[in-house]
This record gives sequence, structure tokens and C-alpha cells, in this order.
Amino acid sequence: MLIVRRPDIRSSEITGEQLYVRRREFMRLAGGAALAAAAGPLAAACGADGLAAAGEGGTQMALAGIKPKVVTTDEKWNTFEEITSYNNFYEFGTGKDDPARYAGRLKTSPWKVKIDGHCAKPAEYLLEDLIKPFQLEERVYRLRCVEAWSMVIPWVGIPLSSILKRAEPTAKATFVEFTTLLRPSEMPGQNQGSLRWPYTEGLRMDEAMHPLTIMAVGLYGKTLMNQNGAPMRLVVPWKYGFKSIKSIVRIRFVDKMPTTAWSEATPSEYGFYSNVNPEVDHPRWTQARERRIGEFSRRPTLMFNGYGDQVASLYAGMDLKKYY
Amino acid sequence: MRLVKPAVFAVALAPFLWLVFRGLTGRLSVNPIEDITLTTGIWALRWLLVTLAITPVRRLTGWQRIIQYRRMFGLFAFFYATLHLLTYVVLDQGLAFEFILPDIVKRPYITAGMTAFTLMVPLAVTSTKGWIRRLGRKWQLLHRLVYISAAAACLHFLWKVKVAIGEPVYYAAILGSLLAFRVLWRFRPNAGARSATARVSAS
Repeated sequence: MLIVRRPDIRSSEITGEQLYVRRREFMRLAGGAALAAAAGPLAAACGADGLAAAGEGGTQMALAGIKPKVVTTDEKWNTFEEITSYNNFYEFGTGKDDPARYAGRLKTSPWKVKIDGHCAKPAEYLLEDLIKPFQLEERVYRLRCVEAWSMVIPWVGIPLSSILKRAEPTAKATFVEFTTLLRPSEMPGQNQGSLRWPYTEGLRMDEAMHPLTIMAVGLYGKTLMNQNGAPMRLVVPWKYGFKSIKSIVRIRFVDKMPTTAWSEATPSEYGFYSNVNPEVDHPRWTQARERRIGEFSRRPTLMFNGYGDQVASLYAGMDLKKYY
Repeated sequence: MRLVKPAVFAVALAPFLWLVFRGLTGRLSVNPIEDITLTTGIWALRWLLVTLAITPVRRLTGWQRIIQYRRMFGLFAFFYATLHLLTYVVLDQGLAFEFILPDIVKRPYITAGMTAFTLMVPLAVTSTKGWIRRLGRKWQLLHRLVYISAAAACLHFLWKVKVAIGEPVYYAAILGSLLAFRVLWRFRPNAGARSATARVSAS
């Protein structure tokens, strides 16, 4: 059964119900996709339980068939409340509580994702069709914000490489560019001049294909909250948080290093790579230490956010002070 | 009028009491140290700007007695600035002076913040009647440091945010107008002829 109902979770445990108006629509769509999947041969191929839906406005949608703890850590997880109340998502305002307050009105269904550029199979997908063929995985990652705070977050997602391979990138594809939704009517921050909208980000092809890089669609076993980048966001755990672009509508294979929102706003402070690096300070503050949300004292920041064993080889021979 | 001063005192203290209340009842965000830092910082700047607004208001309205509240606002600015600094040094940095001292030297926004605070110290100390009498004319001169302190405070705010929009720009603009008022007032037409208490149009 694709539809997983979780009536035991009260909306009051999660957040105000106005945030969930959009979920009703999403559910309808996911339900439709479920029927289609169950009817077609795809169902067998994809395990069918990629996307699942929960009750009417007020309850969160549970995701079914998640392979648990594909990557995890023995550190204490941040709580759902912490992860969903303290966010940087300038599309909804620059305050940490602005996303939780204003993101509810964003409609995330239907959600289309365009994949194009240097690839053999450019296409536009409905989100559920894009995700359906793949096994959802739980990935518990540290997230280190460039502002020197951090969290441990149990994401649900799929390796980005799975999505990218499906489009069959050509040899010319050396970088991947990502674009966030542009919809000022539902994203009030886009009416302010803080950044250039839509927000864009980019990865080098090898970074994008790295097994740690995921496209997240869930958190704590349920669909993403809007303030966390619903319905689909990037998570690149060894880079500062702003690289993990939210609410993605376009993935484009390009042959040049793409411009990214923050490096365009302040090139001297935010580079393309933006790997977590305690030895390279932000020009205005130190990156040597961080505050883990929920902890009192600061802790030392780890090179590549502690993922050096897996990713340091990507940057062998590069001067990371120069390519910050 | 006897009740005005306690009322003003209560208003100026209210943001602090509200912060304490939020802290004790779990109403702060999941990063409470940041909340305390931002709240004490913004109120230090606000009361500093209110202090600097007293003279323009007095000149424009002719309301002379407003001057008696200036010291209180100034001292509240200092009170919030002290809390702000203590929050940074004790709560945020955990007294790790090996990080704090390089911060003060290397980080322009912290240099500016420390400058703003340091300049307020002599002003707070010499705010008593005794010091005003003792310093005489020099008191006026010394207290002009408040302009530099306020400018440094605005820079501190501007340099801290990731993209300079909104709030810090508004505060800098308010400071700019308060300072511009003083310059314009000094060079106003008939500046010599009219008394300082004369009403002028807002032009």
C-alpha cells in the first residue's frame, strides 16, 4: 500500500496547520501517482513506495520504504523542532524564524523539475515521477552553516548521482547548475533585494556524482517542511549550508563553472567551492569553531565538516585558501 | 510630570525584562545565545539613537524639559551595550580570549563594536552631576564622543549582516539624519539672530 496514514501524529506537535494547506494538494497528486505506479510496470521496477502521502491538511506525510541509516553518525540528532524553526531561507526573509513563519503559503504541488543542458535525455518531470524509480535512503548528516552554527539532521533522499545518470550527461557536462523556484507571490523575500533571484547554486560534476551528495525529499521519515526546502533540496554535507540549495526546479548540465547566488552577492566572501574549512576564515568571522544547536559551548569545526575521508581526494592538489 | 520619569525608565527596561521572561519560559529560539546577543545589541543601538534624538526634538518642538531624560536614555544604551558585550564574551565565546582578542583586532565588525562600547564607558562614568560640574565646558566636548560611538555601532551592525539590506541600513540612515540635523541647525539662516529655543519649521 502506497498511502501511509499516520493519524497518530497531531498537527499541534508539528506546526501551525496553515502550513499544511498545500499538503492536501500534494497528497492528491501523490495519490494519483500511486495509482499510476501500481497500474504500470514501473511499480515493480521501482519498489513503488518512493512517495507516500498522509492525511488531510494538518498531518505530515510519512515516506514509506526508507532504507534506514545508509549514512549515520553517533552524534545526537537535532530535534524536529530545532531543524524546522531555525532556518536560513532568504526567499522567505532574512530572519531565522521567517521561513517557519512565511513558508507555509508556498504551494509545492504540482512540482515540476526540469533537467536539461549537456545531456542525452533532457526532460521535465513531476517530482513524484523523478523520485519514484529510486530507493529512498535515510542519511544522517552534519550540517554546518557558514554562520558558524551546525546541526545533525536525519534527511531522507536519494543519491543525486541517480537522478543525474538518468539524464545521461554528455562529456561536455563538467558542472551542474541548480535553480530554486522563482515565485515572489509566495516567496516574500524575493521582493527584497537581498540576493539575485532565483537563487542558483552549482557543483563540479565529480562533487555532484559523489555518493555523499543527495537530493533530499524528507526529514525524520516524513516529507520536507517548506522552510527546509520542500519538496526537494540538495544536501552536500561537506560544504557550507548555503550550497545545499532548496526547492529546486531546474538542474542543468553546463560546461562552465556556474555563478552562484552568494558568490555573486559577495564574491570576496563566498566562493564556488565553499567547503567547510576551519583553516580558511570567512573574511568577517572565524570558521575555526561552531555552535551545535542545542549545545552551550562552541566546538571545533572539522575539515570538510568531518567528511574528509570521503571527499578530500576530490580536491587533491588544490589550494583551498584560493579556491574557498 | 513626576510619573513620567519612572514610566520612561520602565519602558527602557522593558525589552530586558521581556528577554528575561522569554528566557525563563522557553520562548527563545533554538539558538538562545544568538537571541540574547541580537536583542541586547539592537536595544543598545536604539537607546543610543533615542539619546541623540533628544536635542533635535528639543530644538524643533521647543520642549525644553525633554533634556532631563537624555541621561537616562544614554545610560540605558550603555546598560544594553554592556549586556551585549558580556553575552559575546561569556556566553558566546565562553571566555576563550585566545579567540576573542584576535577577533577584536582582525574582524572589522568586532573592532567597530568594541570601539562603540569603549567610547561609551567614559560617557557613562562622567554622567553624574558631580562630573558635569567638575568638567565644566570640557564635559560637552568629551560627550561629543557619542557621535563616534554611534557611528561605530552602526558600522558594527552593517558589517555583521551577510547582505546589507533592511535594518542596518535604516539605523544608519536614522543616525545620518540626526547628525545632519545638527549640521543644518548650526548653519541655518539667521542662526545667530534667533535664539536656540526658537521654533523652526521642519524644513
